[in-house]
Amino acid sequence: MDFDIIFGNAARAGLGPQAAIFALAAIGLNLHFGYAGLLNFGQVGFMMLGAYGTAIVVATWGGSLWLGIPFGLGLCVAFALALGIPTLRLRSDYFAITTIAAAEILRLLIRSSPATDITGGPFGLQAIANSFFDLNFLPDGRFGWGTFSYSSNQLWVMIVAWILVVLCSALVLALIRSPWGRVVRAIREDEDAVLSLGKNTVAYKLQALVIGGVIGGLAGVIDALQQSGVGSENFEPQVTFFAWAALILGGLATTVGPVVGAVLFWFLREGVESFIRELSEQGWLPNALADFLDGAEGAISIALMGIGLVALMALRPQGIFGRRRNLHLGT
Amino acid sequence: MSNARSLRSVVALVAVAVLSLFLFGSAQAQDGEGEAFSGTLRFGGEPVEGVRISVVDASGETVGEAVSGADGRWRIELPGPGTYRATIDTATLPEGVTLRDPERQTLEVTVTAGRSRPLIFALGEPASRGPNVGEKLAQAVLNGVKFGLIIAMCAIGLSLIFGLTGLINFAHGELVTLGAILAWYFNADTFGAPLILAGVLAVVVAGAAGGGVEFSLLRPLRARRLGMFQFMVVTIGLSLLARHVMLLFFGPDRERYIDYALQAEWTFGPFAVTPRDFTIMALSAVILIAVAVFLQRARTGKAIRAVADNPELAESSGIDVDRVVLIVWVAGAALAAVGGVFFGSVEAVDWLMGFRLLLLMFAAVVLGGLGTAYGAMVGGLLIGLVTEVSTVWASPEIKAVFALGVLVLALLVRPQGLLGQRERIG
Repeated sequence: MDFDIIFGNAARAGLGPQAAIFALAAIGLNLHFGYAGLLNFGQVGFMMLGAYGTAIVVATWGGSLWLGIPFGLGLCVAFALALGIPTLRLRSDYFAITTIAAAEILRLLIRSSPATDITGGPFGLQAIANSFFDLNFLPDGRFGWGTFSYSSNQLWVMIVAWILVVLCSALVLALIRSPWGRVVRAIREDEDAVLSLGKNTVAYKLQALVIGGVIGGLAGVIDALQQSGVGSENFEPQVTFFAWAALILGGLATTVGPVVGAVLFWFLREGVESFIRELSEQGWLPNALADFLDGAEGAISIALMGIGLVALMALRPQGIFGRRRNLHLGT
Repeated sequence: MSNARSLRSVVALVAVAVLSLFLFGSAQAQDGEGEAFSGTLRFGGEPVEGVRISVVDASGETVGEAVSGADGRWRIELPGPGTYRATIDTATLPEGVTLRDPERQTLEVTVTAGRSRPLIFALGEPASRGPNVGEKLAQAVLNGVKFGLIIAMCAIGLSLIFGLTGLINFAHGELVTLGAILAWYFNADTFGAPLILAGVLAVVVAGAAGGGVEFSLLRPLRARRLGMFQFMVVTIGLSLLARHVMLLFFGPDRERYIDYALQAEWTFGPFAVTPRDFTIMALSAVILIAVAVFLQRARTGKAIRAVADNPELAESSGIDVDRVVLIVWVAGAALAAVGGVFFGSVEAVDWLMGFRLLLLMFAAVVLGGLGTAYGAMVGGLLIGLVTEVSTVWASPEIKAVFALGVLVLALLVRPQGLLGQRERIG
């Protein structure tokens, strides 16, 4: 049992682009639910639109990546408006069901055969990130040591992704401390009171939905760039649940919560998978058990994540950094 | 209906394929070098002579032409391996002879080095032999009722649990999967029990599992006054856990029950239904009616409706709310498991079936009215109908889009649902 390998793999995942992508998605969710009280269960829809919008402009229409990214984010704005204008008046549980359904509608449409000419259908789109890697000013070759050895392009993606995470965190922090943020948080606490002050609460909620959705779209853009392609199987409803898990783990309505949560989420997930792989390669396990564990690490780590979520809600529902008084948000 | 017909065309296709293979074999024996396309044109068993077939390569240049001989055979030598497009010139077909599928006039085929590929241009009457829109619609309505009844049964528990405790149970789909998978273990995998017995056992276990979750996890958490959001997260956690544990033991493949797998269809006018599906529909209808009668007449049923209506008032009038909630969890889980066994029997059993069904169940309960049992029934039927009827006109792979579209539409027009009471949900 080599704990160096396990720890190394876990830490690599915790620092990797996936963690940054989930941090961005969770920052968006945090603005939605933590600050504005919007129970968005369709964050993966925003990620999908960001990723596919970018990829379609580049791969299908042969346009520039620098047009593709704004187009993808523009689709996120449009989705937020189309989703929000009719549904924001609904209670939060209805809003949750609508958003999860809307995201799944988008995914089914994107992967359907009539859409194949534009979205690549079940095959997705490839080779979209060349202009992004052309900007890479790092020299060729490998950086780092041991498990933490990255190619020039891998490091480039990570640097850009984590810079975006910092920028988005700062943006949300600034927004929340602004007069706009005070109104939004007040809506979360007591919408009727804010209404009685003459504020157009639906407009504020819509703005929060758009901004958080665009941040989620940015997560999708980074995902498309780091894989240099998109595929509909990366945008199943589960992704939203994982982003929520990261956010809850870190703590709702905190600035560092979504970021630390996403890092920890990937650290734990990869750590468990690595641990099980190491375990099944040890000679001293009974054969039947070793066979059972072989190739099962993905399912086991997600099952353990399920237990973790239940335990977190039972033992520390506010997460690592959250405050208990924020527990009854949006209900 | 279309059964005998499609069987006949399958037999015909197989015969043509075997024949072509045989010809291809003998052709290769004659001049076994080089890549080629070959085939035999037949109409109603008779060879068709004098039909021109041409082949172009990837750049669109014609590389060969042939005219079918008196025995209907044709063969075109190709310049080398690669992808070619072979086109049959329909103008040269004799009077009254057409391609069975007009869209297969041009075939794009890849040939590997040294192989001769048989091509089949199926001749026959045009495809208008297939079922017309009316027949398709009738069949889609029947399928819609079938799936609608199953969705309704699965969704009653989801709706009632929400009505009683305000909880949106994201793990409800896993109860459906649990029922289907347990029945598969009892039936096909380990014990070889008859499906009916296996199903009953599975339903009992799933009901106990639902009750266990409520009794040992959710009731203590309710006592701690967790918010709605925290409960949602708990059920998401349970759903991830249950789904992936089932994946671990059941594996990622689709499986079928042993019993009632292949049956000849009964036909009633435009409807064709296997005895199995007919039985499932009848049983579903009986179970739904029984649930309705229970809710209307039985003491416990009235208590359930009372708690769903107003938990505080019900409790203060002497109803044991915790006991009612436990009963609903057990019964709701059992009904979901029944739905799972039925669904597994109609389609197949796999570890994601319940999760895929979950969004349709959400659509059903919201459409019918969240929190009511009858709403789940009406909503389930409507969702089943919308999903299946859409396949008459739209691609089946996006049929769930229509159901979810109805959900969004319902929320816009009548957010309290068809049977829901007008209350403040905004």
